[in-house]
Amino acid sequence: MTCDEAEILLHALMDGELDAGHAREVEEHIAGCAACAAQLAAYREMSQAIAAADMKYTAPLALRRRIEASLPQGQTRAPSRRAVLRGFAMGSAVSAIAATGLVAIVLRNDDEQRIDSEIVSAHLRSLQAGHLTDVISTDQHTVKPWFNGKLDVSPPVINLTAQGFTLIGGRLDYIDARSIGAIVYKRRAHVINLFVAQTANTEHRAAKTETIQGFNIRAWSDRGLNYWAVSDIGIDELSEFGEKFEAAAQSSKET
Amino acid sequence: MPVNATHDDPERARRFREAALPHLDDVYTLARYLLRDATDAEDAVQECYLRALKHFDGYRGPAMKPWLFAILRNVCRAEFARRASSPTGAIEDVPEGAEQTPLWNEAQETPEAQMLRTRDAATVRRLVSALAEPFRETFVLREINNLSYREIADAVGAPVGTVMSRLARARAMLRSAWMAEEEQPR
Repeated sequence: MTCDEAEILLHALMDGELDAGHAREVEEHIAGCAACAAQLAAYREMSQAIAAADMKYTAPLALRRRIEASLPQGQTRAPSRRAVLRGFAMGSAVSAIAATGLVAIVLRNDDEQRIDSEIVSAHLRSLQAGHLTDVISTDQHTVKPWFNGKLDVSPPVINLTAQGFTLIGGRLDYIDARSIGAIVYKRRAHVINLFVAQTANTEHRAAKTETIQGFNIRAWSDRGLNYWAVSDIGIDELSEFGEKFEAAAQSSKET
Repeated sequence: MPVNATHDDPERARRFREAALPHLDDVYTLARYLLRDATDAEDAVQECYLRALKHFDGYRGPAMKPWLFAILRNVCRAEFARRASSPTGAIEDVPEGAEQTPLWNEAQETPEAQMLRTRDAATVRRLVSALAEPFRETFVLREINNLSYREIADAVGAPVGTVMSRLARARAMLRSAWMAEEEQPR
């Protein structure tokens, strides 16, 4: 890696935007290059100073009230004082910096928000048009081998019928521009899609829940796999599902 | 303009309020840095929320904050156009030659020796406000509003690589300004 490359990439490094492989490359360069190391230290210092200074503004109460008042219930809306200008094009004023091609390929692509939203879209798709399952079976020993050769991972398929979640099959889906495994469960009349994808990160990451467009998502990572369980069942039940799945996955590894 | 459209639906207004109003301070902060004027910022934020409500039915995620920022940006473009056409109100502009200086020449005066003195918020705000566009915008979205590169790219409609080079550039310029400030204390 050259200093010119490192000079741009060290910002992505410090912002936590690089994937593990490229982060290591930048770190290696910096370890052997005093000038770049000094730059990184200087920018880190500045970032901290900015974080320490309170840079945010608080919206004036009057503004908040005006917006509140303009929102709701059949009142006349405040007329807009500004002309509408549609369409904007802020030309890239710095296209001279040839970093664009260089960096676009090395950024980590696990922008969680975007993926969560794709997960919900995939869940919605699965409920339409009778494409919930590619392989229909309540037998984990049928569903699991079905994924072989279709994915770069072997998703754990666990029968949770005894715990109140019925395995009904598996499906290939497409998230974040790649194939992903979906294991499908039912709780009463509700469908739970459990999406499983490979990740470079092998650490266990505790579950986080999120609600998007009325669907609940519970996401966690374990042993190099990312999991997203998504359903319209309540957070409580979805958490119960996640916990039972993780417990069962744990014990199946140990035996 | 249709008067009643779908604006009267209280359920929709409630959903909008819950989704959009928590970001009011962030939107206002961005408006302050983009427009550098408290009154204009208030007007822009109000307009932003009106437009957001109008387009809320078309909103499908992913994240509310970058979406609001993208709308605010459009409102601000209109404000810039208005200022540019008004003889007195034009914004003070880009430091001479800021866009031309190569990035790699700016911050290389042995920065390890030069520690930045902690500055009060007002000074740092002034230094950030003095950055030229589009660097200021990218910098504020990242350092103050804490957006990811991809969210910034979505909000400003530029490729991620462009976001990254603007951010590198913004930091280099800010650091130079910060150093200059320390050499000649006021």
